[in-house]
Amino acid sequence: MTSVVPASPRKDRRPRGARRTAVAWLFLAPFTLVFLLYTAVPTVAALGFSLTDLRGMDLRHPFAVDLVGFDNYLRLFRDDSFLRDLLNTGLFVAVGVPLTMGIGLALALALDSGIRRLRGVFRTVFFAPVVTNIVAVALIWQYAFHANGTVNEVFGAVGFAGPNWLDDPDLAMPVVILLGIWRNFGYAMVLFLAGLQAVPRDVYEAAAIDGAGRWRQLRHITLPLLVPTTLVVTVLLTVFYLQVFDEPYLLTNGGPLGSTESVALYTYRQFGAGEFGVSSAASFVTLLLIGLVSVVQFRLLRPRT
Amino acid sequence: MTDVATLKKPESMSAGTTDADRIAVRHRSLARPLLYAALVLCALLTLLPFLWVISGSLRSLDEIRSDPGAWLPHDVTLDNFTRLFATEGFGRFLVNSIVVAAIVVIGNIVAASAAGYALAKLDFAGKRIAFGTVMAALMVPFTAVFVPQFVITVDLGLADTLTGIALPAMALPLSVFIMRQYALSIPDELLEAARIDGAGEFRIFFRIFLPLAGPAVATVTIMSFLFSWNNFIWPLIVAQSTSSYTLPVGLAATSQAAAHVTDYGLMLAGAIVVMLPVLVLFLFLQRHFVRGIAGTGMR
Repeated sequence: MTSVVPASPRKDRRPRGARRTAVAWLFLAPFTLVFLLYTAVPTVAALGFSLTDLRGMDLRHPFAVDLVGFDNYLRLFRDDSFLRDLLNTGLFVAVGVPLTMGIGLALALALDSGIRRLRGVFRTVFFAPVVTNIVAVALIWQYAFHANGTVNEVFGAVGFAGPNWLDDPDLAMPVVILLGIWRNFGYAMVLFLAGLQAVPRDVYEAAAIDGAGRWRQLRHITLPLLVPTTLVVTVLLTVFYLQVFDEPYLLTNGGPLGSTESVALYTYRQFGAGEFGVSSAASFVTLLLIGLVSVVQFRLLRPRT
Repeated sequence: MTDVATLKKPESMSAGTTDADRIAVRHRSLARPLLYAALVLCALLTLLPFLWVISGSLRSLDEIRSDPGAWLPHDVTLDNFTRLFATEGFGRFLVNSIVVAAIVVIGNIVAASAAGYALAKLDFAGKRIAFGTVMAALMVPFTAVFVPQFVITVDLGLADTLTGIALPAMALPLSVFIMRQYALSIPDELLEAARIDGAGEFRIFFRIFLPLAGPAVATVTIMSFLFSWNNFIWPLIVAQSTSSYTLPVGLAATSQAAAHVTDYGLMLAGAIVVMLPVLVLFLFLQRHFVRGIAGTGMR
């Protein structure tokens, strides 16, 4: 700020730097306020809460709560239902991520492979589930997978008695995961389409001149060049499925017998029961898992960039 | 190779396209129709739930009870919709959703255009920290922070209010990011000329930047409306009495309360009312939607 040498027009304005900064932060103020109030403070507070025995009823006297160290975390890992929910969430990730991505990639490749007519229509259709309200969709799925619902109507037509999907502990999860996939594959597709647009066209021309067929082009040019996009999509979907709440809550409410309950649902239930400490600990386990996924992603991405 | 294996995983959807791709090498003439056939099949599968809801909502209560799974209504009726709007609370939920969405959209336009402008066009101390903050905020998962968020909302006396529902979403980091990206594309010379003429930053912001930022404002409007209209878990936490329920929360509560006597006709009509604004908006503005979401890797 004390610089006196007016070497360039930019430095000319140095004396007004403090004013500029104040003006800029004034522009940033609305966002910053909401950020501090609803992201920064809560992130720190959540860690703090997870080390206390804070309960809903203590809210009026927050300083009366006791520090309990890692008791809440120990409690979590001794709780069978939490371990089950962790497994369920893992299943969601393990099945949901590859399928969502595979379908998204296949559709992106199909739409990018010289199809001109109806391209926009297809893209719109496949993306529609992403923007659709989940509560509405879950109701439709409940209706369709009902014992006498539309899906079983199809089974009936072929001569099978369809099962009672959402009341069967073995069948409910596949339906919940299917809903997750249906809701997200269009999102993966759009990200892959964006990735495909970054592939330079002349590479294909060169390959074609060298006699590479479309299949070889796909294998040796397209797929390798899509690796960075694939990593991004993997991480985004993993982070998303690690937090899965809407689908199991709305379709089965975690049932039957907890077979579709996720960690996020567990967090919500502990919160609902007034166990804010335990709930925060559970949410921090999610945060750690997400952090782990991000670290792995950066490791994988670094050598390429 | 492994990627190709993924392509061929279950879901009749993906198998068809891969085959079509492979055949494309030798039989070009056959490949195109096959590809189209596969895409049409996928499109129909994707649209099935939408078709179910339309067909279901147009059937009478008696018809649904006697033959719940039928694909098409025998007698098309709007009875479900009339009953829906006569249901106590429904109008309230609808108005609440609209009010919350309006607050969220206006908040985002104001907060994000100002912040985006500052981040892209102003030099100031702490700029890198400010931008880092926006990026970090994009990544904080909701499940990790909702308990303190709720406590803060209670402390502010905003529990069970529409303001409490709207406030955290009034300055979405995604909106700031979109605005900043757009502001970067506006040439500095334009703003510099105004500065030389002695215009202050606020004047430049309102007179030069905002009029040029139309497309970005449109994207932010759409994205924040979408976020607010579809948001479920936060309103579920904050709204404690039916008078502050938004549409999704009201619909979910009604359906769970009536778990055993579920009136599917009413529910499906409700589902349509919840989905319709978004789908109509989406049909007209899907380019913005897709670009906004794909460009940032966020929803």
